[in-house]
Amino acid sequence: MSAQDKPRFATLWLDGCSGCHMSFLDMDEWLLDLAGQVEVVYSPLVDAKEFPDNVDITLIEGAVASREDIEKLLKIRARTKTLIAFGDCAVTANVPSMRNPFGLEAVMKQVYLDSNAIQPQVPTVTVPELLDRVVPVHRIVKVDVYIPGCPPSAATIKSVVSELLAGKKPDVMALTRFGA
Amino acid sequence: MSPVPITAEPVKTFKIDGQDVSARETESILQAARAHNIDIPTLCHLEGLSSTGACRLCMVEIKGSNKLLPACVTRVQEGIEVVTNSERLVKYRRMIMELIFSERNHVCAVCVVNGHCELQSTAQKLGMDHVRYPYLNPQLDVDASHERFAIDHNRCILCTRCVRVCDEIETAHTWDVMGRGIGSKVITDFNQPWGESETCTRCGKCVNVCPTGALFEKGKSVAEMAKQRQFLPYLVSRREAMIE
Repeated sequence: MSAQDKPRFATLWLDGCSGCHMSFLDMDEWLLDLAGQVEVVYSPLVDAKEFPDNVDITLIEGAVASREDIEKLLKIRARTKTLIAFGDCAVTANVPSMRNPFGLEAVMKQVYLDSNAIQPQVPTVTVPELLDRVVPVHRIVKVDVYIPGCPPSAATIKSVVSELLAGKKPDVMALTRFGA
Repeated sequence: MSPVPITAEPVKTFKIDGQDVSARETESILQAARAHNIDIPTLCHLEGLSSTGACRLCMVEIKGSNKLLPACVTRVQEGIEVVTNSERLVKYRRMIMELIFSERNHVCAVCVVNGHCELQSTAQKLGMDHVRYPYLNPQLDVDASHERFAIDHNRCILCTRCVRVCDEIETAHTWDVMGRGIGSKVITDFNQPWGESETCTRCGKCVNVCPTGALFEKGKSVAEMAKQRQFLPYLVSRREAMIE
């Protein structure tokens, strides 16, 4: 199969710990099979700067926590056929959302001003503006497949991705759960 | 085998999901279904405690009626046809689970009962792969004033198992519910810190019947807290034997 015929595959890392991507790498030798079946066009694991057009499958790790995350998601949704919320942060907002009950202002004050720093200051330049509340991916864009798990196991990811590549609809909840 | 108690109680015959079943007239639809290995999901119900119909997960349809009825508090009747698993029921159960998850802060990944939680396993069983409603993310307290146990209101689903076991089995009635609707919370004594409770006997029954990580033993870290329920059927059967 030439590169033109292969499904175009991407992954994205928003507000998460990268554990889902680590679990993805845990698929070990199956990664070689996958590399034969798809063309990886964008990912923190490859060197592509711009999210391309006509992507077939995109795995999204992490919750939505900043304006930049929203911009990325809107662009990626428009360019992706099957968008997958990958892991508990993407599906539920999980650990990043634990700041929500306190409000952004209180959290920033606690972290940057009340922390005995030498020059206490809330960062405002070069870093993305944070949202007041961290939300799951499907609050911003339509999600086609949800893979709960913290992180989803390598076996779960392999099963879901291979079913999708075979054109089937995976029964994800038979494989994983929240907090798995 | 334990002897079957001889009873003069009338028996009702009816159908569950097309299957002919019979039950004593004082039994609930849920008891009859479970006796015939028909699964109806529950969260607030626990064998050995009174039924309260709080979570509504066990709702069933009865042919000829538009109303959905909670199987745990609806008695069997002669000739009824019960449906436990229609498309409508599946839809509503999923909706109930999503509303429970959206109402407080259930973060399975960092929860003390991760892997031992009835809320988590029921969500998986019902195929809940995401929550359609906005998370409310309320700011709720953790009371760790008790020397052995703690309550994290973030994880409480207001099933009232703790209230019932404390009242009905331990007969201390330390726990109760205050407030209304979404503002409800379980409290110890007159909403005093648990550690200062004069009625708590420190028995831990509430902790072990709690379906989630709301009540837990101190010193247990993420995923370490497995609930022990063996005491409940034992105490209930000893008590029934004494009454007879």
